[in-house]
Amino acid sequence: MNSENKKWYLMGLREGVPIGLGYFAVGFTLGIAAKNAGITAFQMGLMSFMLHASAGQFAAITVIAGQSGYFAMFLTQLVINIRYLLMSAALSQKISPDTSLGKRMLLSYFVTDEIFGVSASVKGELNPFYNFGAISIGSPAWLLGTVLGVLVGNILPPDLTTALSVALYGMFLAVVIPASRESRTVAAVVAVSMAASLIFSLVPILAGISGGTKIIILTVGIAAIAAVIRPVADEEVQ
Amino acid sequence: MNLEHNTYIYLIVAALTIYAIRALPLTLIQKEITNTFIKSFLYYVPYVTLAVMAFPAIVTATSSLVSGIVAFVVAVVVAWVDGNLFKVATASCVAVYLTELIV
Repeated sequence: MNSENKKWYLMGLREGVPIGLGYFAVGFTLGIAAKNAGITAFQMGLMSFMLHASAGQFAAITVIAGQSGYFAMFLTQLVINIRYLLMSAALSQKISPDTSLGKRMLLSYFVTDEIFGVSASVKGELNPFYNFGAISIGSPAWLLGTVLGVLVGNILPPDLTTALSVALYGMFLAVVIPASRESRTVAAVVAVSMAASLIFSLVPILAGISGGTKIIILTVGIAAIAAVIRPVADEEVQ
Repeated sequence: MNLEHNTYIYLIVAALTIYAIRALPLTLIQKEITNTFIKSFLYYVPYVTLAVMAFPAIVTATSSLVSGIVAFVVAVVVAWVDGNLFKVATASCVAVYLTELIV
């Protein structure tokens, strides 16, 4: 690792701490659900390492418990995780075009909501080592939380779990709010997105739409409208 | 061994699906996109996605609506003033913990 990569890796490690805390807390809850579905601790650890996805893993547990078939597993994962397609596309423009295929493939393995979130907070070009640093904390915390959830159930006091569970949402806000301060357009996009998200969760017909689908519909719709009304020039993207 | 409903095969199917979704754009789009619309669209994607995921989820994530609203307000204020990810996450966690002690 050269000194530049090392610097990014260490920066990522630091941002990985709140991710790790949040993952640990959320992982516990997921582990308990898995245990109830008959998943063993080993299977849980394997699943967490293979998927690194909370909603995706919750759905996987449901499919396995219901013995719904491999095609159902494929379809469920496709629908719930399709948002990563957009995140991956956005990341492809944030890293250097010269990034090697190997690094791209490793970077892809760890595209989670939170890792994507912290990458979005990086100004200018993103060095993949930043993500590798963040996931070096995030991934073990996720594995530990989910496996412990299966093994021992919820040993954390409920009020502590509740408090930690907002860490991940707090991080998302730590990305969008400072950007809103700097750009009125981003502020408008964020405000409209939150309002639309609220409407989707309150209106009965829309509330039935799954979280993953809601994210896709709103992201495609709002980002497209913003791109038409306020196209960004090169210097702004940097 | 039951191959029709094998937990490990289920996991492999899930893992391949999710990896394909995550890897296709990053490995296939290697050049900088020059089309203004697509470029702008991808620029706005993170802000919309993260805003939609954060709200109203943060308000309903805690055991009471009051502590959820406190978490949201504290996170927004700290993010506005400072913007450091760790500080924002910690501040909202502490705010929830303290609020739930009182309420």
